[in-house]
Amino acid sequence: MAATKSDAGTRRDFLYVASGAVGAVGVAAVAWPLIDQMNPSAAALAAGVTEVDLATIQPGQQVIVKWRGHPLFVRRRTPAEIAASKAVDVASLPDALANNDNLPSSAPATDANRVIKPEWLILIGVCTHLGCTPTVSTPQMPEGDYGGWLCHCHGSMYDTAGRIRKGPAPRNLEVPIYSFLSDTRIKVG
Amino acid sequence: MSGPSTYTPKSGIEKWIDARLPLPRLMHDTMQTFPTPRNLNIWYTFGGILTFCLAVQIVTGVVLAMHYVANAGLAFDSVEAIMRDVNYGWLIRYVHANGASMFFIAVYIHMFRGLYYGSYKAPRELIWIIGVLIYLLMMAAAFFGYVLVWGQMSFWGATVITNLFSAIPVVGTHIATWLWGDFAVGDATLNRFFSLHYLVPFIIAAVVGLHIWALHVPGNNNPLGIDVKTPQDTVPFHPYYTVKDAFYLVLFVIVFAVFVFYAPNFFGNPDNYQQANPLVTPPDIVPEWYLLPFYAMLRSIPNKLAGVIVMGGAIVTLVFIPWLDTSRVRSCRFRPTMKWLFWFFAISCVILGYCGSQPVDKAFAGIPLVWIARLTTLYYFGFFWVLMPIIGLIETPKKLPASIAQSVLGDSAATPAE
Repeated sequence: MAATKSDAGTRRDFLYVASGAVGAVGVAAVAWPLIDQMNPSAAALAAGVTEVDLATIQPGQQVIVKWRGHPLFVRRRTPAEIAASKAVDVASLPDALANNDNLPSSAPATDANRVIKPEWLILIGVCTHLGCTPTVSTPQMPEGDYGGWLCHCHGSMYDTAGRIRKGPAPRNLEVPIYSFLSDTRIKVG
Repeated sequence: MSGPSTYTPKSGIEKWIDARLPLPRLMHDTMQTFPTPRNLNIWYTFGGILTFCLAVQIVTGVVLAMHYVANAGLAFDSVEAIMRDVNYGWLIRYVHANGASMFFIAVYIHMFRGLYYGSYKAPRELIWIIGVLIYLLMMAAAFFGYVLVWGQMSFWGATVITNLFSAIPVVGTHIATWLWGDFAVGDATLNRFFSLHYLVPFIIAAVVGLHIWALHVPGNNNPLGIDVKTPQDTVPFHPYYTVKDAFYLVLFVIVFAVFVFYAPNFFGNPDNYQQANPLVTPPDIVPEWYLLPFYAMLRSIPNKLAGVIVMGGAIVTLVFIPWLDTSRVRSCRFRPTMKWLFWFFAISCVILGYCGSQPVDKAFAGIPLVWIARLTTLYYFGFFWVLMPIIGLIETPKKLPASIAQSVLGDSAATPAE
């Protein structure tokens, strides 16, 4: 009696587990399209590539271009701003990584690793805290304590290389993939 | 529901229905004869008022959806068209927009009433927890709705709130992208928020059903916080509380109407009359007033992940209140220490709200607001996680009355009146 019972139980257990497993696979197969449909569509993914003309940008000036729905900062740094950025000890930074998509992710956040040409700082203008657009600092209208940007939403301050120095933002402003087509033209994306 | 049913079908039709789908019996037992403590005060009328608010939002919302266009290029103009061109569009939209604020005013009164009279304590823990769930759903619905206007605050509010998820380690940015359907808040985001904004109120309605169902098992708590012991302690829900609820509902609607007709933009932000611009962040991003205390907590923490955890923790904490309160006495009327701590808590929530509404670097009387927000955040958590368990053990409550009837009617209630 006990033997037949356990024997029948084993066959039944197998059927339970097998049908349960097939059912789980079925549920997952149905759930995934319903979840994945919310990810960016093919149209949104189609590479957003923008070219920016640098010829009209003056030293100390920042131009904002729209790129993949985000503001893109194109800033022509003055020699003083470059010098200020180079003087910073990387070890003292809240985020010691370059966050530069053109470099390996382990690259340190030196000034040289934040740019291709020192004069031109190209950044995605999205605060790494909660996504606001930081306001640029100029000698005439300083924003924040480090001469770069101040995010008015929650007070994050960036320096003249777009590195986070103070406030809640965890990472340096992201440097997008870009290249120089000529001395006065870049391609972003 | 609680107790045996007293419903007796009179006509043949009622008997026929009762044998097949006893819906009239359910209505009779829950809304007519339901025994309700005889000492409920004004603060107990907000449950009914909240049901009214939900109905108003659903009716006006369904109508607004007939005219609204969920497209990033057209949404803002369609809202303006509702305001200018649609017959009574201005009225319906102002009722809907102010209705959200009135909804939150009512829900905060309702929640603070529950806190003060210990309505979350056994055997009503599930009513409270379901209530917290409704509160969460309300915040989601309100957030989605605010984005639909597609003004500057809509856009940047949506950007900040969805970016909260990017604080999650490893998968955070993928979750944010998944929420957006793009690499930033945009058309795809607006469309899905519209879909969800239409859905969530009906989920709320269903959960409200559970809330009321759970309420009708133990019955109402009351300002004395003592259990109903005899039928003398109760009155039937109808007409006593239908009339009382209706009276205070009318007063509530008068206040509601004053806002709609005389200050329709009182709760709004002028920046939201500017169309969304992804390249320009307004100088001060402020959420709607009902989210300000949590926003102040987020801003006061100088670390992204920690800020998000503290903000979420402030809401999750509410779920644990039934077990954090160790007192055997429910009502703060009989808790001399807790009563004070409760009012400090209420004030700290208001202070947090003020801090959240101000620019990030402002100071009050020389003290930076960020420090005031930190202190009040500390009290918020300390109140629930430290004071509530300890005070419940060491406090000496005042003497409780023998019964609700005796407290209301005097000692003559000791003998049955009829």
